[in-house]
This record gives sequence, structure tokens and C-alpha cells, in this order.
Amino acid sequence: MDVNIPKIPIGEGVERGIEFLDSNFSFITKAMSKGIEAAIDVIIAGMTFVPPVLFILIVTALSWYLTRKKGVAVLSFVGLFLILNLGLWYPTLDTLALVLIATLFSMIIGLPLGIFAALNQTSYKITMPVLDFMQTMPAFVYLIPAIPFFGLGKVAAIFSTVIFSVPPVIRLTCLGIRQVPSELVEAADAFGSNPRQKLFKLQLPMATPTIMAGINQTVMLALSMVVIAAMIGAKGLGGEVWKAIQRLQSGAGFEAGLGIVIIAILLDRILQQVGRQRHEEVSKDH
Amino acid sequence: MSKIQIKEVYKIFGPDPKKAVQLLKDGMTKDELLNKTKHAVGVGGVTFDVKEGEILVIMGLSGSGKSTLVRCLNRLIEPSAGQINIDGVDIGSLNEAELRKLRQKKFGMVFQHFALFPHRTIAENAEYGLEIKGMDPQERRKIAIDVLAQVGLQGHEDSYPSQMSGGMQQRVGLARALALDPDILLMDEAFSALDPLIRSDMQDELIDLQDKVKKTIVFISHDLDEALKLGDRIVLMKDGKVVQIGTPEDILMNPATRYVEKFVEDVNLTKILTARHVMNKVKATGHIRNDGPMSALRKMRNNNFSKLFITRQDNTLVGMITAEKASEAQKRGDKDLTKIIEEDIITVTPDAPASELFEILHNLPYPLGVIDENKKLKGVIIRGTLLAALAEGGS
Repeated sequence: MDVNIPKIPIGEGVERGIEFLDSNFSFITKAMSKGIEAAIDVIIAGMTFVPPVLFILIVTALSWYLTRKKGVAVLSFVGLFLILNLGLWYPTLDTLALVLIATLFSMIIGLPLGIFAALNQTSYKITMPVLDFMQTMPAFVYLIPAIPFFGLGKVAAIFSTVIFSVPPVIRLTCLGIRQVPSELVEAADAFGSNPRQKLFKLQLPMATPTIMAGINQTVMLALSMVVIAAMIGAKGLGGEVWKAIQRLQSGAGFEAGLGIVIIAILLDRILQQVGRQRHEEVSKDH
Repeated sequence: MSKIQIKEVYKIFGPDPKKAVQLLKDGMTKDELLNKTKHAVGVGGVTFDVKEGEILVIMGLSGSGKSTLVRCLNRLIEPSAGQINIDGVDIGSLNEAELRKLRQKKFGMVFQHFALFPHRTIAENAEYGLEIKGMDPQERRKIAIDVLAQVGLQGHEDSYPSQMSGGMQQRVGLARALALDPDILLMDEAFSALDPLIRSDMQDELIDLQDKVKKTIVFISHDLDEALKLGDRIVLMKDGKVVQIGTPEDILMNPATRYVEKFVEDVNLTKILTARHVMNKVKATGHIRNDGPMSALRKMRNNNFSKLFITRQDNTLVGMITAEKASEAQKRGDKDLTKIIEEDIITVTPDAPASELFEILHNLPYPLGVIDENKKLKGVIIRGTLLAALAEGGS
């Protein structure tokens, strides 16, 4: 049976929409892209300016200060030294800078959206399906529209990374605020708190551990996306992996992959500890 | 003067509360309303006043609408119909900002499960209301430390709620409410989550505290013993409606309906109990031969009495002296008590039925002595112990 139903032009619609945006607005985004790229380069230059050994010591001290765990500090020291030894120092700094900048943007965008979704039922109902959509759409797809707007390079990488990694911050900020027991919210109301006081004195402090878990997830997602974004010229460790794939050098690919693993474990352990400490302050012997 | 006036207040849960209120006014019952229109009645037309400075206990089983009603008083729950006046101001007419001001100024609330903020220290919890008001940190910390001392929690300022027992947590809850120095305390099953011994202590302390602070207290309870012990008046609710309003004596002696009767059945032993069952031991008496004004005064001071029974060696009652008279006598330099003894005091025999005791105790300015046929002093009854004894006799 051959029923001839014409294809619904979803793809064509999206393409036309993006083309329209591209031809009318891309001069703005391209200009922004130049500015942001320059800023990123300054940050990376700043990081490379620090001698690697000093950098390693600073990170080790910082991880000890934040987590108070010997294991994490040792891991920082050994892990980063291994990276230095493998000759992956500068790609690692690139990756680290991209991840941190993308996370920063994700937080700037995600925290307010999460708060708004938690406090406003309509916004909640719109936000949640959009987040589901964003998280199930394959990450590669976000790379394509980034190019016409921002050109190949770091800014396009950050743009697609932010889109990919922002959902956990929004979701868990929202969840954390909604999880505050209604009796406590009622108590805050009974003492005449206005919505702002309620948010800053009760809801956000109580939601902090959950929000930290969201930020942790965001960092991990950002890291994985920054690697994928090597395909559109983000360089860094992902770039090394990408190079190794194209040249079929499994050894080099493994080394670069190892570098990513080290960075991921480091970021995860440090952030987890920070979140947990906050949590323990809140509920000491629970 | 009435501090709070509650006039025909309804709270209906459902899609069209206004219509449901009308149906109720037209005589539909709660169950019919639920089955036919899917509206649940929280509060179904309640009218009463709360007087300045009294403890009013709103009592009822779960689902009777008592917690909903108390939340209507500060509009944590918006009533569907009716009017609530606080100091003559209709609170339904206030906008959001005015309502917040009212809550900050007039209301302190204490919750069943304490509702302390777990991320704040005890002192930070206690000063929450003041912080909301915008008081500066040093001033509010001072007040917080004061009220915490008032509820017996000095030295715990920097602990966290999770480090404290239930009883201590609820003291913090009370301190948080008192810190604002509100006119009205709303206590929603405040002691229900505590174990019985601690609950009883907290009740005693609340009564003591009330003697000092003289707030208007609306206390929600499902426990008749608690209601009898604390309440100057009791409002008994069932199915969102008021069944009876009255003093503990009224409720016990003249139950308005079968429902109240059943409720107080266990407690209502007034007819079989006699003075013998409800009297307390006399902790101290003055001896007419041995005691002079000075030693009598010391006995009163040690026991926190303002009056003292005077007996002979064989424990027969002579009369009573007051602390005032005794200290006058001491100043005069009297050696014995004969001049200041009040011999003409009202007493009862151990067989006097408890139901008559209420009337005798009403307005009696001194404790009621219980003496047997040989005039020997057997015990003493005061209003509080009578109610407590009745309540305990029931459980």
C-alpha cells in the first residue's frame, strides 16, 4: 500500500527560522562572539601565565581547603602532575576554562529560571517539558545552529555547552525550593515575611544542598559537552581526542581521555564535598 | 473588650466556595455537600469572640476544622465567607502589605511540629520575626536571648534545632513567637507532638508564663484534659461547627448536646467524685503554739503560699493567716499568731461532692480547706487542682 502523505516540514521550518535569525541578527551575535572570545582568551592567557607547578600547588591547596580531605588533595596533586607529564597541560587549561565559563553562564541563567519555576505554577508547567526536550535532544544537534551565529570556535562551543548543561541547575534549584516543608513556609508567612524575605531567609538556604548537586551535574555535563564541542573548534582536551580519532592514534586518544577523566573526578569530588559540607551544617546529626 | 471577633466564618474547599456557602446556609449538610457538589467543609459558619487576655482553647477531634479556623485568624488560609475583626479591624479588608504588618505586629504562632528553621541557630530562630521587621542585629539578639531565658533555654543560643529534644524545640517555637511581643498567640496543637510528661510540664509553664505576659491566647487542642487545664474558656467544635462555648466548668457540668456529653463522659466524674478524691495534701501549716509571725512567713515563702492554715498540735484547724497580716504582726513585734488569725473561713467535709465544689471555689479568695468531723485538716482544694484531678480521674 502506498499512501502518499507529504512530509511535515519540521526540519525545513527550523532551517528557515534559523536562516532568518542568522541573516537578520547574526551580525550582533558575531560581534558578541568576538568580544567574548577575547575575554576567554584573556582568562586562558592568565591561567597559562601561572607556572604549571605553582598552578598545581594552588589547586592542591584549594582542594584541601574546600574539602578538608587528604584523598582529594593527593588526587589533585598526582592527577595534575600526570597531565603535565603527558604534555596535555595547555589543552587541559583550555578545557577547564571553557567548563568554568560555561558553568558560570549556566548558573546565571539557571538559578533565576529555577527559582521562578519553583514559585510560579505556570512557569513550572512550561519549564519542565522544555527541560525534558533539551535533555533528550542529542547533544550534537546543538552544535549546528551555534556555528552560523557565533562562527567556529570557543564561543560557539560555550553556547552549545550552556544549552546542554543548564537543565540540571534549573531542575534542581526548582526541586530544592519546592522541597522546603510547607510547614516552614507557613511559619515564615505567619511571621509576616514578604516573598523576597521568604526566598532569601528560608527557601534558598534550605535548597542549597540540592542546588549544589545541580551545579555539580551541570559541571559534569559541561565537561562532556566541551569535549564534543571540539568538533566545532573548541580545542582543549576534546580537540586532542578529536585529532586522535582522525589519525587513528589510539594511544594519544587514551591519554587525552585520561586527562578528561582526571579533570572530571577532581571537579566532582571538590564540588560534592562543598555541597555536603553545607548540608551537614544544616542538619548536624541527622 | 473582645480582642478577636469571628462572625459567620466559613471555609469551603472546592471549585466554587461561594455557592457552597449559600447551599450550607440554605440548610444542606456537610455530607450532602461533599457527595453532591464535591465541596469539603473546613469551617461551616462559626461565630464567637475571644476576650483580651484569656486563654481560649478550641477543641475538637481531627477534621473538626479547628486548625483551619485558627489559620483563618491570620489569613494563612483565606476564609470563604464571613468576617474576622482583630481589635475592631476587619482583616479581610487588608491588602498583602497591610496583612504582613498585622502578622508582624499582632500575631505570634506556635506550630504542632515546631516548624523551626533547621538552617538557623536557636537564637536566629528566636529572632526571625524581629529580623523580618527590620530590627538591627544587636538589638534583636538581645531580645532573643531574653525570651530564650524566659522559656528556660539560656546557653543554647548557638545550638541548632536538630540538636534539641522535642520539648526544647517547642520552647524555641514559643520563644520565636514571644520575641515579637505580640498581642495574640496562636498555638496550633502546640504540645500534641510531645510525650505526656513533657506536655504536662509545658502546660504548667504556659500557665505560669501567661500570668506574666498576659497575652490573648488561642490554643488548639484535641485533648480534653489539656483544654480543661489551660482554658479560661473552651470552644468545642465538631464538623466545622461550634457545639458549645463555655468555661471548663460549664462544659463539664452542663454539656450542651449528646456529643459533648459523650466527649466529657470520661471526665465527668464530678457526680461521683468528692472532696476526698480531689483534695491535695497540705504542704505546710502554721502551729498555733509553736509558730510566730516570722516562722509562719518563712513557711509561706518556702512554699510560695500567700495564705497559711493554722492548726493545733492535734492537727485540728484553727483558722488562716495571710502573708500581709503576718508581716504587719512581725513589724509590730508580736510573739504569736493569735491576733491575726482569721477563724471564720469556709471549709468542706471530705464527703462534699465535687460538683458543689465549683460553686464554693468560685470567687473564694483563699484555698478551700477540707476538715473531717473532728475538725482535723485533711487536705486543701484550689480551682486548678480540682480541674486537674477531674481530668486525671477520667484518664
